Amino acid sequence: MFNKDRWREIIEVLTSNVWRTVFTAFGVCWGIFILIVLLAAGKGLENGIRADFGDIATNTMFMWTRSTTKPYEGLPKGRSFEFKINDVQAIRDNVPNLRFISPRNRLGGFRGGSNVVRGIRTGAYNIYGDYPEIINQDPMTVTSGRFINYNDINEKRKVAIIGRGVKNDLYEKGEEVLGSYIKIQGVNFMVVGTYKKNSNDGDGEEAQKEIYVPFTSFSQAFNRGEDVGWMAITAHDGSSISVLKEKIIGVMRQRHKVHPEDNRAIGHFDLYEQFNRVESLFGALKGVAYIVGIMVLLSGIIGVSNIMLIVVKERTKEIGIRRALGEQPWSIKLQILMESIFLTIISGMTGIIFGSLVIYGINSLLDSVGPVDMFINPSVSVGVVSGALLILMVSGLLAGFIPANSAIRVKPIEALRTE
Amino acid sequence: MIEIKDLHKSYKMGSNSLHVLKGINFTAEAGELVAIMGSSGSGKSTLLNILGILDGADSGEYTLDGVPIEDLTETKAAQYRNKFLGFVFQSFNLINYKSALENVALPLYYQKVGRKERQEKALNYLDKVGLKEWASHLPSELSGGQKQRVAIARAMAAEPKVLLADEPTGALDSTTSYEVMALIQKINDEGNTILVVTHEEDIAHMCKRIVHLKDGVIVEDKKVKQVRAEQYV
Repeated sequence: MFNKDRWREIIEVLTSNVWRTVFTAFGVCWGIFILIVLLAAGKGLENGIRADFGDIATNTMFMWTRSTTKPYEGLPKGRSFEFKINDVQAIRDNVPNLRFISPRNRLGGFRGGSNVVRGIRTGAYNIYGDYPEIINQDPMTVTSGRFINYNDINEKRKVAIIGRGVKNDLYEKGEEVLGSYIKIQGVNFMVVGTYKKNSNDGDGEEAQKEIYVPFTSFSQAFNRGEDVGWMAITAHDGSSISVLKEKIIGVMRQRHKVHPEDNRAIGHFDLYEQFNRVESLFGALKGVAYIVGIMVLLSGIIGVSNIMLIVVKERTKEIGIRRALGEQPWSIKLQILMESIFLTIISGMTGIIFGSLVIYGINSLLDSVGPVDMFINPSVSVGVVSGALLILMVSGLLAGFIPANSAIRVKPIEALRTE
Repeated sequence: MIEIKDLHKSYKMGSNSLHVLKGINFTAEAGELVAIMGSSGSGKSTLLNILGILDGADSGEYTLDGVPIEDLTETKAAQYRNKFLGFVFQSFNLINYKSALENVALPLYYQKVGRKERQEKALNYLDKVGLKEWASHLPSELSGGQKQRVAIARAMAAEPKVLLADEPTGALDSTTSYEVMALIQKINDEGNTILVVTHEEDIAHMCKRIVHLKDGVIVEDKKVKQVRAEQYV
């Protein structure tokens, strides 16, 4: 199969009409090129969107209260209620497989007025009352000092961790931050740490302008009592929060005397569901890329098959001579198939190389102009490339199949008679 | 060497059936040089194709070197052609992108002879037909007579039991024809069995036996005194 004569013949046949070979090869080359580039573009989008999710624990839901929409146990509809701090323990007792349950409270918000003062500087920031676990659910990097710990919670210390943005607003450059005091709605908190968040989407700037204080100190300082604004709940890796959330909400309905079918009383946002939705979007993108690429490739393969048929037709007499001299049918078939596979693979490789060059070009362009929203590092894996090669081999085989059969269908005597 | 009994062959032409061979009985011993003559349509080419296992007969028996030739698959037929038969055609039928040497080596390639040995043998046969210096030339660079000599060398290279020549001189002028016939006679002198299909009297008389075919039957089968071709060269 791999003897020199066969290869010489393949080369001779394919180079006997160079332009015809080149144009035929182009069809396959183009198909695989499109497949590779589309897959890389899809990957780039996927990388970009994944980076937006960042390190956020995706197996997480957020849950908050709204007013009831159904009367229940003698209570009217339209009643508003609040989660209480002991709800956290209740959830922990009733629902297994939960990793973190962080009750949270917040001051400030979108377009809120100034609520923080330091000397003559003021600013409007989001202030969160939090438990130490929140750093695992909404990851941030502590750049100096420390984050909230359980001593802060237990002793209701008035300490704060501020974002880079807050620091830039309220402090001179080079000024010592740790140990200084800021006044949040008239209450002094000592700054014990600074953080920065790794986020590159539109909220990036906002995310750096937050202040974290211990949940208990927040409740006391700002008169929240036992109330909980909302909760961030993360499940263990093995179990899906989308499954567990019904049970959690059920527990909350029971504790707060909400009608079991009152779906609007407790609002929630399921990050995992969103994440899965995006994941399936990636899957669909990949599917589309494969379908489009393979369809284009298919037309290339039909081109190869056509040309091979013509080649066989042109060589009918030669094939007749060979058979008269005693060449066996399978050998002729193999020859045609090898020509077809060789042509397909060579042109496919060219397509892969051009595709890789284009991807390389886009990557270096992205590097030089800086990051682009939702598009990072388009690439194809080695697996995809070897998959493409496999597709090429199979398609070369398919393309050569009909011509190879037609080559041996003609009887040698008839083949010899053709001029 | 060759034994044919009651051979029939007909071709279907649309709704008509053309009965080409109507019961041929024919034997050829080893070392014979037989001319098969006949006008066009007499069935001589058909007979040669059947002898050459390029075509099958409808009925009758064909034994080649003691092997009955019947019910052949294409693979088996290819094997027999390669082992038993050498072909020389009117239009030479060389493969035009292969050099003279490669053309001669081709049947040996199908016999799975190693590359080096193949080249040696092929060169040897080219030398026999006097074309050693032309080994690396393509058929397009050779004259008609030279092409036919290459074709003869190719037919001989596989060391066949029988050499079948279909109008070997049909495309050549008379001088070149005699050269080719001289070569065929020489090969026959070495003991090879050769069948030559021709419609030229002078070529036929250079064989040792003439078989006349007319309308699908043998009408005459006679031994003749061989005219040596060298004297005309």
